[in-house]
Order: sequence, then structure tokens, then C-alpha cells
Amino acid sequence: MSGADDGLDWVALSGKRAKGKRPEYFDEPALDRLYSTVFALAAEVSALRDRQDTIERLLEKNGALSREEIEAYVPDRQAGEERGLATRAYMGRIMRGFQQELEAMEADDQPIMDIVERLKRE
Amino acid sequence: MASDLPPPYTAMTRHDMMPRANHDETARFNFLTHFNRYLSGAIGGGNKLAYDKRVLPAFRETHGRDPEHRYEIRDAMNEDSWHRNWSALKRNSMEMRQHNGRQIVLRQLDELDAMAAKLIEQSGILELDPSVEQPPYQTAVDIHCQPGGYHTEERENDVTVGANYDVGLFATTGGALGGSNDGGGQAVVGWVKAERPDWRPRRILDIGCTVGHNAVPIALAYPDAEVIAIDTAAASLRYGAARAAAMGVRNIKFVQASGEDLSRWADGHFDWVQTTMFLHELSSKAMPRLLKEAHRVLSPEGLILHVEQPQYSDEMPLFEQFMRDWDAFNNNEPFWTAMHGQDLKQVMADAGFARESQFVAGVRAVVDPEIFPPSPDDGEEDFGRAAIWNAYGAWKDPVTSIEPAAAV
Repeated sequence: MSGADDGLDWVALSGKRAKGKRPEYFDEPALDRLYSTVFALAAEVSALRDRQDTIERLLEKNGALSREEIEAYVPDRQAGEERGLATRAYMGRIMRGFQQELEAMEADDQPIMDIVERLKRE
Repeated sequence: MASDLPPPYTAMTRHDMMPRANHDETARFNFLTHFNRYLSGAIGGGNKLAYDKRVLPAFRETHGRDPEHRYEIRDAMNEDSWHRNWSALKRNSMEMRQHNGRQIVLRQLDELDAMAAKLIEQSGILELDPSVEQPPYQTAVDIHCQPGGYHTEERENDVTVGANYDVGLFATTGGALGGSNDGGGQAVVGWVKAERPDWRPRRILDIGCTVGHNAVPIALAYPDAEVIAIDTAAASLRYGAARAAAMGVRNIKFVQASGEDLSRWADGHFDWVQTTMFLHELSSKAMPRLLKEAHRVLSPEGLILHVEQPQYSDEMPLFEQFMRDWDAFNNNEPFWTAMHGQDLKQVMADAGFARESQFVAGVRAVVDPEIFPPSPDDGEEDFGRAAIWNAYGAWKDPVTSIEPAAAV
């Protein structure tokens, strides 16, 4: 588990970039960087949630646990679905801004000032 | 509700060569599986909405007409804030998948390389040829944003890129390829068995096999046949051979060779030549060369079969073509757009496969329904990613004397 014998630095090597120019998605390059960081963090929070769920399930079942048990844990079908559902709900929370932007595209709301003016009149 | 949830990563089939993911690495893949499904499902429709509501009207306003090519849509959509956001999310999901896969593989590379060396020596199913050059279409960029592509070694005789491909494909496809990432090969087997139940191919060639995930199910389904799986990339073949050996497959051999030069095999040597999601990794000049070689080594009445995403045609809306093109520009698939724009039936005909012998069939990933949900029926839901494909094929004309050009 400690990487390769010949001094190969697996942490540094794992982050190697793919050859080929990366598209710039935003006019402000910092936004591209920020997206990478935010979603890497989102994955880490999700992993932490899974880990906590594993610990709770093992404790509930056995009353004690070892780290080996955590690493070896394989959810059964029901637990897999419960965790999958929890991950989907988590995804919904962190992606709400995008999801609601999509809904807003569908809705075509007027600017709020238009309504303010209208209610003032009517 | 739960039936369409993606399966957890732990549903993957374990064999001796499969890198061992620890708890949190597994959880990261679970996140990515959900993330990919969310991007294509829950908010995937946003691109069409943005196009219909504002991008197309603005284009008409500016140009006084509708877009006439998918590239015009692309240029316009690349200015749209929704499409930029969505693309940035999707690109990051690819990069995160690669990073997680490489961390898993590289931290245990000593064990993996040692296991591969043992399995390859015991099985004798790997034949490398260092004189085979990496073609420019494989080295121009790292395909699929996979660092090192399919061919680069991190150190001598390592299995990194092959192992990374295998370990993360599950997350990229949301589990749609099944526990052994072999849903494509299983689909091919299912189609052939239904089409010709009594057919007994003796020798089968799989071109562009990478780690053999689609060749292995063919070998298992036809235990009396000899399967030759070729690729130019030794780094992928090495893992593929060890993987097949770990899965107990005996009737397969992984050979380093280019599909453009099959000169080591005689005319009519194979009863079946297969490519699976491979033609789009070539180039405009390489694809016809490869197909002519495939025609030459195929026996009379033999089967050629290419599994691909659907080709673009005038019947396919330009917006759908644009969406299906996303990977070409955002996920390092540079031949994808030109290849899918070609008339594949004509390209096949030019290679010698008479039009009347050709067919197109729909195939979908075959996976264990107890564990894996079916791929969504709506092919538009996940442009270019759904595990539903077209099989472009031909049963070679029994007359062997037809010259390729004469068959057009």
C-alpha cells in the first residue's frame, strides 16, 4: 500500500495532466480553477459521508469495529440502495443552483421590478 | 425509486488483477457515478433548453437563418453561460475519474506489476512487438483525458494505464457496462448468438482491444475459437493479458500489432473481425486502410462487426449532432466528429464489403439485471455515452476474388 519500491511518487504522478489543450470554459480563469477545487471537495464530503455511514452500520451490527472492517465493508443490496439514495439527495443539495437555473430557463420569470411596479399600480 | 439508482462500485467483479480500491476511493467513484448520472439526467436537458430559448433565437437574429452545421451550433453554445457551466462540470468529472483511478493504481503499482508478470508468464498469452510504432492518432492527445493515453509507461513494463482504464470505466459509464466492464462484448455475443445460433467461428480478431474487456466475453462465449486481441499499446495489452489470465480465459492471445498492418495473418485467416468503440479513435486515412486489411484477413462468409455510437446523418437533428460531438472537443476524442460525419456504409463498401452484404443493427449493453439497472431507453439522454450502440457490419461475400475497389 506504500507505493512503488523504486521511489515512484504515486501522489505526484497521479495528478499528471492529460496531453491536449484543456478548454477554457470561463472568461475568468480563476473560475475554471475554482470548479476543480469545489467538486473535488464535494467528492471528499461525499466520501466522508459514506465512511460515517459505514462506521455507523458496523457499530450498530457489531458494537465495535476495526479499520480493516471499514476498508473491507461491502454494502448489501439494501444498504447499497440506501446509500445510493443518500448520495442522490446530497447531489441534489450541492447542485441546487444549477438545477434551479434550469428551472428558471423554463419559467421565464419577469424581472422582480416589473412585479414591484405592477403591484404598486394594481 | 431505488430501481434506477446506479449500483455501488463494490458491485464490480473482482479478479486478481483488479486494483484494490479502499473505502474512500470506492466512495469517490460512487460520487462520480452519481455525478455523471446527474449531469446527463437531472440537468442534462438544460442544454436543449438554453438552445431553444436563447441561443437559437439569437443566432437567427444575427444570421437571418438557422444553423447549417453542428459546428455553428457549437460556436454559439460555447458562448452560452449554461453550456459553459455544464461543460466545465462534465470535464471536471472526467478529470476526477482519472485522478482517482491513478491514485488507486499507482499506490499499489508494485503489487500490480508483480501480479501481471506472474500471470503473463504462467499463461503465455501476451506477445509484444517493440517494433510496432504508436500511430499519430493515438499520441496526438491523451484520448479520454486519460493521462498517458493507452500507450505510455510510468516505468518499464508497468500496467498503470491499462489498470487505470479498467478501474474507472465503471464510474464513467455509471455502471452501465456491468461488473466486468464487458457489457459491450456481451451485447455483441448476444447479437451474434441470436443471429446465427449454430455458427462456430474458428478464429476471431478483435482490433483495438485495449484491455480486452470486450474481447474476453467473446472468447468465453466461443470456447472452441481462438481469439486474437490486438492493439498498438503495450501498456494496455500487458494489463489486458494479465486480466484475462486472472479471469481464467485460455483461448485468447493479446498481440501488439496495428490494425493498419495485419500482414502477419494470411488472407481469409479469421472468421470474424470485431471492433468495439474503436473506429472513432483512428483518422480519416487510417480507417479505410484498417478496413481494407480487415477485409483481406476475413474469410469468405465471415463476419465483420463494428460497435459504435450512431453515425450522424441528415435525419439526425443538428443539435443532437452537436451534443454527440461534445467528447471530441472536451474529452480528447479528436476523430470522433469527422468519423461520425462519414457515410460508414460507403467507407465499408470502399474497403470491399459490398453494400448488399452490409447491415446495421441496434445493440445494448448486456448486464446482470439483478445488480445493474438497464441503460436509459431514451438515447438522447446521454449523448454519446449511453450503453446503446449501433453495430455496423457485413457478412463477407462468399466470392473471394472481389477486389476492394470493384465492390463499390
